[in-house]
Amino acid sequence: MSAIRIFWIGGLISFRALFHWLNPWIYVPTLLVAPLFQILLFVYVGRAARIESDSFFLIGNALQGAAVPCLFAMGHTIAGERFTQTLGLLLTTPASRVPLFLGRAAPVVANGWIVSMFGLGVGGVLVGVDIPPDRWVPLALVVALASASCTGLGLINAALGLKVRQTATFSNIIVGILLVVCGVNVPLAALPTWLRAVSEWLPLTHAVEAARLLADGDTLRSVVPLLGREAGLAAGFIVVGLVILRAFERSSRRTASLERQ
Amino acid sequence: MSRWGRTARRIPRQFAVVWWLQLKMLAADAFSGILQIVWPLFFATTAFLMFRISGDHELVFYAGLGATVMGIWSSVAASSSSALQRERWLGTLELIVSAPMPFALVLSSITTAMATIGLYSMVATLIWGWLVFGMSLHIVQPIAFGCAVVVLVFAIAMIGFLLSVTVVRYRSAWAIGSLLECPVWLLCGLLVPVALLPVWVRPLSYVLPPTWGVRAMREAASGTSPWVSLLVCAVLGGAYALMAALIGRSLLKSARRQATLALT
Repeated sequence: MSAIRIFWIGGLISFRALFHWLNPWIYVPTLLVAPLFQILLFVYVGRAARIESDSFFLIGNALQGAAVPCLFAMGHTIAGERFTQTLGLLLTTPASRVPLFLGRAAPVVANGWIVSMFGLGVGGVLVGVDIPPDRWVPLALVVALASASCTGLGLINAALGLKVRQTATFSNIIVGILLVVCGVNVPLAALPTWLRAVSEWLPLTHAVEAARLLADGDTLRSVVPLLGREAGLAAGFIVVGLVILRAFERSSRRTASLERQ
Repeated sequence: MSRWGRTARRIPRQFAVVWWLQLKMLAADAFSGILQIVWPLFFATTAFLMFRISGDHELVFYAGLGATVMGIWSSVAASSSSALQRERWLGTLELIVSAPMPFALVLSSITTAMATIGLYSMVATLIWGWLVFGMSLHIVQPIAFGCAVVVLVFAIAMIGFLLSVTVVRYRSAWAIGSLLECPVWLLCGLLVPVALLPVWVRPLSYVLPPTWGVRAMREAASGTSPWVSLLVCAVLGGAYALMAALIGRSLLKSARRQATLALT
């Protein structure tokens, strides 16, 4: 019961506290409108290069849009606590770390989903890509999985934040790597073999592929293997993130470096 | 020496001193510096890969030169829009306003330093495009190309100057700055020819100085005359500076009258 309370109530309260500054004046330009411009940029680059359809770039960039809020927000769960000098208080509580950090991750996944679905919907209208109505429910599921796997990677980034202070810089670099490597704009077949091998182990790769197949008319059942791999990666990232968090928490206590800015 | 003569000597010196100090401050933050180089490189790499698939080497060269300018705009967009806010937080805004030096000169020097830092990214993108994607670095008119880069940096700095004074009353000005990153890349034809954009958008492209600056760079690189494009870029940059100076003056007057200068 306590774990459920920590997950739901603790997660929601901490999200509100850590992101009180995320008012509509910041949220709308940075998380809703900016991804639309990224979609437009790559749709036009795609048209100039004549390599893929508008739908290819719309889906790739809309899903990649989820990476920004998920990675930055998870990084901020540690950096923000440290900034407000509450990290020490948080980590002295006897609360189990699993519901504590999963509770913080849940609103982040939801936010990533909203950002990505907005990009898909409005971006589709802007570039004239018509996604059939019956495709939206399976697409929403894929977007949720993509958000979860990006949040999982964000948890690892947050854990590293206990040792390295520049989580925002790391988030930017990870977002950039996902842009190049995960088949968002460049078809995977065009990447060097070693980079393609790396992309298999990154979030978004399988979700983007599944979303494109679904938009092209494939059934949900046919993309289950891709969704399974994306879900597996999400779970793997979360486990690794929690393990690193635990290890770095112990080491930070030992070296008294928990709140070093 | 006459009063005008002294002013004529003082202004370039003041501009240079502020520019140099700001440049040193901006270069001191290694993490941000690395990010400023790396971030536009991700977009440039994506574009390089996309154009490489198309197999059109002219397009790779076209987009490659444009991609080198992306970093200059990135280093100006978000930071210039929050330039005044930052001075306010540092407690130096009042000092800048009360200094015996035109406010516009200080602010334009700051945004010029921001644009200059973007040259790191330009060089990095050129080297990256050459090393990894085999982009040709053959510039037919190197002197004209150098002039185009200098004028382009000035023009982008003046857009930053205008941005810094127009969004000052918007509390989250940095959000507007980061929002403008991709649209300017797209509108100015850095990766995609302007002719490919919808007709109603093109007038917007033509009033943005980087459209002409990057066109001058491409003309100099390919051997056609870049001087008309360069002149248009410089005139537009000057017009942006003039607008920014006038808006800045009226904002400053209003802030002094209402005693809101130091309010965050």
